[in-house]
Amino acid sequence: MSATIDITFQLNGVERRASVLPEMNALDMLRDVVGLTGTKYACGEGECGACTIRVDGLTVNSCLMFAVDCDGRELMTIEGLVATPLGEALRKSFTENGAVQCGFCTPGLMMQASHFLETHPHAGPADIKRGIEGNLCRCTGYKKIVDAIADTKVGEQVDVA
Amino acid sequence: MSDIHNYAAPRSLDEAAELLRAANVTILAGGTDLMPQSKAGRFKFQPTLMNIRHIPELHGITQADGSVRIGALTTITELYTSALVRERFNALWQACDHFASDQIRNAGTIGGNICNASPAGDLLVPLLALDAKVVLASKPNGALTTRTMPLADFFVAPGRTKRAAGELVTAVEIPLPPAGFVSEFFKFGTRPALDISMIAIGLGATRDGKILRNVRVAFGAVAPRPIRAPQTEAALEGKALDDATIETAATAALNDVHPISDVRGSDWYRRELVQNMLRRMLAHVRDH
Repeated sequence: MSATIDITFQLNGVERRASVLPEMNALDMLRDVVGLTGTKYACGEGECGACTIRVDGLTVNSCLMFAVDCDGRELMTIEGLVATPLGEALRKSFTENGAVQCGFCTPGLMMQASHFLETHPHAGPADIKRGIEGNLCRCTGYKKIVDAIADTKVGEQVDVA
Repeated sequence: MSDIHNYAAPRSLDEAAELLRAANVTILAGGTDLMPQSKAGRFKFQPTLMNIRHIPELHGITQADGSVRIGALTTITELYTSALVRERFNALWQACDHFASDQIRNAGTIGGNICNASPAGDLLVPLLALDAKVVLASKPNGALTTRTMPLADFFVAPGRTKRAAGELVTAVEIPLPPAGFVSEFFKFGTRPALDISMIAIGLGATRDGKILRNVRVAFGAVAPRPIRAPQTEAALEGKALDDATIETAATAALNDVHPISDVRGSDWYRRELVQNMLRRMLAHVRDH
């Protein structure tokens, strides 16, 4: 059989096909095969959350997921999230709260925040900190990130410039 | 060139067992341990990679005949959000609450946690305290057969279990505890999220007034495998849980553990933790 496996999945609402090596992770597939580089590679072992994506609605570390395991599933990356009202609201709040410094952790944090806010729409700072415990930021000290998530106006009309 | 020559995603337990019988297989469940271990070169893939996600028999939490069956593919998040787990298996629920991060809880599975057989595996200590059994399926003679083994007998050494190469862990079975049952879990790490246990303690017992019966104590990260603690259990069994009993149990615990010194903590510190945190757990049970 060939060295690569052909898989089909939904990516940000659009059906995609890809040929992947069986040992490849979903992060490398997204960045190197599909060409979406919004999802970041940092620690590569599930400690930092920079590579967080949503699979069938739940967040996972794409660096720990086998690309072949994406077959038949629904993936959302930061490129898909920012095209949604919640994604736009998160971007606005992160910007206004100064929650972005170097920006490397931001896509993963926004993905995790989107999942967290859908399940905990009225969470306070302590719950938000628990919700993003799998995401590291080395610049901000987290306060502005927690503020940004708390300030995200879920479900309100958002101006898309 | 890849070590993996064949990828399989069987749709039934029978099909998976047939693959396991016929080939050398690496089993893929959540992937959260498999991926970093393979990247770090800590193991070599077998020629066949078998993804078990699409096997319906491995999913779900069901209650029947006085026990609860948890399918091997049940994720930590599914355990954590199960009302049955929360109400009946407090120690297991507490371990889920301290398990890695949301992203890993959403992917990691109970079967994977068991088969990875880390001495510090978070679910293993509460499962030992809850007297869990592990169910294994195989097809040795062309017919699907299963065997059940106490989890306490399953672990051999770090990363090694009694699962034969042709077997698949299909489920965990936990007896439904009687009225008056208490279970507790404690994990010590340097931060709540994403930390590997320096020590972990699990307790399961049935309360009869002030007396504890059918006591089960388990420890993690203090031996080459997660262990039951027979001397600690004997110190507690049938005794009124007072200060003297707690002290005797804490002393006995030092004879049950055989910790090593590593980057997470020294042998001495782990012994101190076992003794002091067991005291604290028992005092909590006494007072609640």
